[in-house]
Amino acid sequence: MTTVPPPVEDPSFSLAGTREPPRRVLMKGNEAIAEAAIQAGCDAYFGYPITPQAELLEWMAKRMPEEGRAFVQAESELGAINMALGAGAAGARVLVSSSGPGVSLMAEAMSYMAGSEVPMVLINVMRGGPGLGSIGPSQSDYFQAVKGHGHGDYRVPVLAPSSLGEAMEMVATAFELAEHYRTPVIILADGIMGQAMEPVEQHYRTPPRQTASWALTGADGREPRVVRSLHLAPEELEEHNAHLQEKFRAIAEHEVRWAGERLDDADLVIVAYGTAARVARTAIARARAAGLRVGLFRPISLWPFPSAELAGVADRTRGLLVVELSAGQMVEDVRLAVAGKVPVAFEGRTGGMVPSPDEVVEALRELDATGSSRRARRVRRRPPIPVSGADHMHPHEPMAEPETGHDALSIFGDDAWMPHWYTVPVPTHPTRNGRGRGHGRNGSAERRRGDEGGTR
Amino acid sequence: MTATVPAAPRVIYQRPARLTDVSTRYCPGCGHGIIHRLVAEVLEDLGVDGRTIAVAPVGCSVFAYEYLGYDWCEAPHGRAPAVATGIRRVRPDAFVLTYQGDGDLAAIGTGEIVHAAARGELITAIFVNNGIYGMTGGQMAPTTLVGQRTTSSPTGRDVRAAGYPVPMTEMLAVLPGVAFAARGSIADPSAIGKTKAYIRKACEAQIRGEGFAVVEVLSNCPVGWGMTAQESIRYLQDVVVQTYPLGVLADRRAGAQSGAARPGTPPGTARHAENRPAGQEA
Repeated sequence: MTTVPPPVEDPSFSLAGTREPPRRVLMKGNEAIAEAAIQAGCDAYFGYPITPQAELLEWMAKRMPEEGRAFVQAESELGAINMALGAGAAGARVLVSSSGPGVSLMAEAMSYMAGSEVPMVLINVMRGGPGLGSIGPSQSDYFQAVKGHGHGDYRVPVLAPSSLGEAMEMVATAFELAEHYRTPVIILADGIMGQAMEPVEQHYRTPPRQTASWALTGADGREPRVVRSLHLAPEELEEHNAHLQEKFRAIAEHEVRWAGERLDDADLVIVAYGTAARVARTAIARARAAGLRVGLFRPISLWPFPSAELAGVADRTRGLLVVELSAGQMVEDVRLAVAGKVPVAFEGRTGGMVPSPDEVVEALRELDATGSSRRARRVRRRPPIPVSGADHMHPHEPMAEPETGHDALSIFGDDAWMPHWYTVPVPTHPTRNGRGRGHGRNGSAERRRGDEGGTR
Repeated sequence: MTATVPAAPRVIYQRPARLTDVSTRYCPGCGHGIIHRLVAEVLEDLGVDGRTIAVAPVGCSVFAYEYLGYDWCEAPHGRAPAVATGIRRVRPDAFVLTYQGDGDLAAIGTGEIVHAAARGELITAIFVNNGIYGMTGGQMAPTTLVGQRTTSSPTGRDVRAAGYPVPMTEMLAVLPGVAFAARGSIADPSAIGKTKAYIRKACEAQIRGEGFAVVEVLSNCPVGWGMTAQESIRYLQDVVVQTYPLGVLADRRAGAQSGAARPGTPPGTARHAENRPAGQEA
């Protein structure tokens, strides 16, 4: 079990929004999410203008001061996320929002917040990348959110709503997760969700505060508190990392969220999240009308990814089709989860384009007929570009066997000074071709044969 | 002759309560110890020890939290003014201090300090300028003097390649949000006394809600400069002050002669629970 502190109410931040009976109203995504955050007890919002999330910033600019809460339009996304770090360290419930290019700038502080265990919720209203890309909707920041952002060994929970109502509820859940586990949490939305108007029921929820036991308030009559990620002694940092890993294991165990639709009789299953899942739902209705039994598996927590659940579903199907507004990112986690048990095909559009339901139906037909998708091509490899003037390093030549035959670190030379912990002798294991360390032609050829791309 | 009765013993000098009694990691002769002490003395005098939240930089003073017994938040390199902004906006009753070096404040953190100052954030920045990146081994900083040798300007700072020293505090002083800006030094007892007075004014500006305040403190780095401690102090007195003249650079505090202060808590600051309208409590 993890060492997450028990929930403690912090009296200095105990506000609840105005309670009104649920009303069904038409709202723009960014504004509805912003208001949901306010009603969930958000104390502070920091942001910087970027399309397609700018209305979220604008809503907060008006509403947060009205509610007597903190709002700053920062000088950059660096400024915004570090203000969030400070406010979060001081125990406030903090929201930050941006889109891909801004989230890239926030990567640094995300790492610090994960390391120093500062809660915060970041909403990424994804647009097309890489670089400045486009302002159209996209899901191309999956890797960034799930595998990436800053440096170091850490994970943050990533939640993906596929409707506005779900997004509004998810903000409260994200605050709760952030404070319970003392971690940043990412909500991965996209430009369609941010810009579209949908009817929403305004039920709001204000989770209890959980920050009083550690927040910075001024050391008056108690020991000083330090919120930090610096642990200079390797032993100390390793211990801190072990604590973090224990926390990540607890999150992976307890915080898996997903939804299934029409899975009971499904031969084929679409795996999609967010806006792609909405397209998939339409495609499934059309495919079923045409006689294909198709279901939907919708991951809601992208980390932790519902791998075991998806593997269970895959056992009862003939194939999976992953649909994304990207060149194929979540599909890697799907393939890891099903571990080759069934074919995994992919259908995606990039750059702000959205796959149409008919394109998805076409991909389903292809998967049904061939166990693959038209986008899965066989890859014919040519040799890598040779390194000029460095024949001895040619990737197709075996590496020279070290003379001593047992010190894998002899690359540094016998005379090189190394700290003592670098010079532990490494025993040699005989290699298959008897010439090198598995870098020879045979090994390469085997790898090439086994890595043909596509599905099966 | 009348016998004089000795007066009751009176404390005239002692360790400030929040200055912890540990050996620091600073090199022999380093100025950080003096500046830590000045900060601790002023905050104790002003009675804000128990509500101080300080923000540590990246650089030699990254371990300031071990030497000064306040609540501390670590900031990524250069981001201390943004972190302090976040703290101040949700804890309006706190006293918020950043302690930053010249690499932190004048290079990687230029954007954060300029905009915190422009907003007139109610924070106090202690800016320790020793003209060098001490912790990483004495590389050139934006504040390194023209011609000064460092490990990354081995033949001396050449303005054709590396430009000129950045007068950060003069640049901040022109911003209307800055209530107080001054440059002091730790070169001798007289300069240290003036520096302490500047730090006091900079802290009072925050307490009275008058705006952003910064005190640049010229300090030495004997190891990074390749000098003995005494040589480094003489270099500070004779050479460094030629580029960075000492004195008050802006004073817009209420009652000061120049400019106008705008006391009060800015909008966009969280009200504390007790100040929130009735019916909003959980």
